[in-house]
This record gives sequence, C-alpha cells and structure tokens, in this order.
Amino acid sequence: MTPPPAIPIPGAAVSPSAAGRATAVPGLSALNALAAYLALGVGFGFVLAKSEAVSWFRIQEMFRFQGFHMYGLLGSAVLVAMVSLALIRRLGPRPLTGEPLDLAPKEPTPRLTRYWAGGTIFGLGWALLGACPGPIYVLIGHGETVYLLALLAALAGTWTYGWLRPRLPH
Amino acid sequence: MRDLLAGPWPWYVAGPLIGLIVPALLLLGGKKFGVSSSLRHLCAATLPARIAFFRYDWRRTGAWNLAFAAGLLVGGAIAATLLPVADPTIDLAPATRQDLAGLGIADVTGLVPADLFSWRALGAGAAGWVCLLGGGFLLGFGARWAGGCTSGHAITGLADRQLPSLVAVLGFFAGGLAVTHLLLPLLL
Repeated sequence: MTPPPAIPIPGAAVSPSAAGRATAVPGLSALNALAAYLALGVGFGFVLAKSEAVSWFRIQEMFRFQGFHMYGLLGSAVLVAMVSLALIRRLGPRPLTGEPLDLAPKEPTPRLTRYWAGGTIFGLGWALLGACPGPIYVLIGHGETVYLLALLAALAGTWTYGWLRPRLPH
Repeated sequence: MRDLLAGPWPWYVAGPLIGLIVPALLLLGGKKFGVSSSLRHLCAATLPARIAFFRYDWRRTGAWNLAFAAGLLVGGAIAATLLPVADPTIDLAPATRQDLAGLGIADVTGLVPADLFSWRALGAGAAGWVCLLGGGFLLGFGARWAGGCTSGHAITGLADRQLPSLVAVLGFFAGGLAVTHLLLPLLL
C-alpha cells in the first residue's frame, strides 16, 4: 500500500483511520455504501439531464448573460447546500457508514494562484465543451457518445497536471 | 405525471435537488461533493506511471467517487431512454438563439448542437475536434490545478463560503467569457 502524497490535496484526502473505522463501526456495509453512492449518482445525473444543465446551449446562454436558467439552477443549489452545511456543522450527525464528516475547507494558498489560474483554464474548457466533468458522464450515458473523446481528453489533462504538478505554482 | 417527469425541469425544482446532493453525501459517508476527482482516480487506476500525484490507494479513497460517476452515466441513460422529452427543442433565450445562428448553429434541438458535437460533424471539420479535445484537456487540467470543478467549487465551496472557491469560480467565468466572446467567433 502506497502512502498518500506528502502534500495534502483538498477533496481527495481521507485519513487512514477513516477507512479502518468504516469496517469497525457497525453500520452500512462497504458494498451497500457503494450502491448508495451509485444511486445518488443516478439521481444527480437524471436531474442534470432533465434540467438541461448538461446542454451546451444552456452554457452558451449563461456565458452570454441572456437567460436566467443556469443562474437560477446554480444559485438555488448553493442556497440549499449552504443551509444544509450550516445545519450539519451545528448538529454534527454521524454518517451512516461510520466514517467522519469531511468538512475540511479548501486550502488557502498564499496568493491563491492555483484557484484563479486553474479556474481560468477550467473555464476555457467549460465553454469550449459546454459541459463540466459531471455532465460529460451524463452526456455519454444519454447517448452523446462523441463525448467519450472529451472524457479521454479530460483524463489526459488531469494526467498532465499530475505530471507537471511539482513545477506549477499553487 | 409522465410529462412532468420527462421535463424539461424548471430551475427551481432541479436546483434545490442538486443542492441536496451535498448533505446526502455527507450524511451517507461523510463525503464532500465533487465530480472531477473521479478523473484523478481513473488516472491513478490506469496509468499512475511514477507520478506522486497518482500513487495512492485509489480503491480506498476513490471507490465512492467512481461509483457516483458511474451513477451519472446511468442517470443520463435513464433520462434518454425511459423518460425522453416530448419536444427536444431547447427553450433557449431568443437572443442566444440569434447569436448562435450568427455563428452557423441554427439547429437548437437536443442537448448539444449536432453541427458541432456529433461523429458526423467531426468528419466535416476541425471545430468539433478543437471543442471536444481542447475543451476536455483544459477542463481536466484546470479542475485539478484549481482543486475542484463546478460541483466542488461553484456549489460546495461557495455554499461553504470559501474564498478560494469564489476565486476559482471567478476564474471559471473569466475563461468561459473569453472563449464565448473571443474564441468561438473565430472558431465557428
């Protein structure tokens, strides 16, 4: 088993004790938990497709400031998530699997370089493709199989970042 | 009922449902909502090479995320096959419709323009290749550099009032506006 990388990566770090506790604490089994994540993904994918959030047309409408649909969608999602997070922080419920709540904030690097630089590059891709990572999966499932090429390209981009990571400012 | 489910769904129904994914994942396994990490896990699973960024136990930290991503595929398939929309024409703002027609995209049926994102279009010119391969590459590269995508920064990060996420989302828009208003007119 390879130890996790020395530099913490937000959003991908789970402490070794977390995995151990998942099996030690009686609760949802690992397989049932995976099935539940899959089910949540199905629901999310279905909503993304039915709300046209996966549509290149809607992304164009958004970046041209000509329609409210995407802003309403993102805005109401953020609002509901904000209230939910505040409640979870206050009540500190125990997750069904027994793992700890991952409420770690995004790491504020000194000049926030990775956020504005990486964010801008992401934005270029978002508008070119008319889809962000979630919608790529949804579109492929929806039958827009040409987006398999986008998935492969996104994997190549991710891999290239991993390769250049030691030389990039963060 | 069937027509209501088949959609398209208004934003005030779909948006709150998307927002509920955040507490659902936390209550289920303490997980933080984010999709683009799945791309890292896929790299770690297939081609880690000797890159430190991909040398970790992806089964332990990433299995949940990959299951979630697989669910997205299935969700899209169910939306298309079991409950297809009655009218595939997108109810786009007239101004957008006009702008896109000016760029040569007159067909606004389906989720994506067939003039650009179809196997047929790829045989007809370079624009589709640039959008799919260039866009995909920048998306994957940018998401990992920024440490998150729309779900991690624009939804979870903003909802958690994280300054880094606000900066990232401003970057998303800077890049998106540049492509929409400067690059697409040259490309299409």
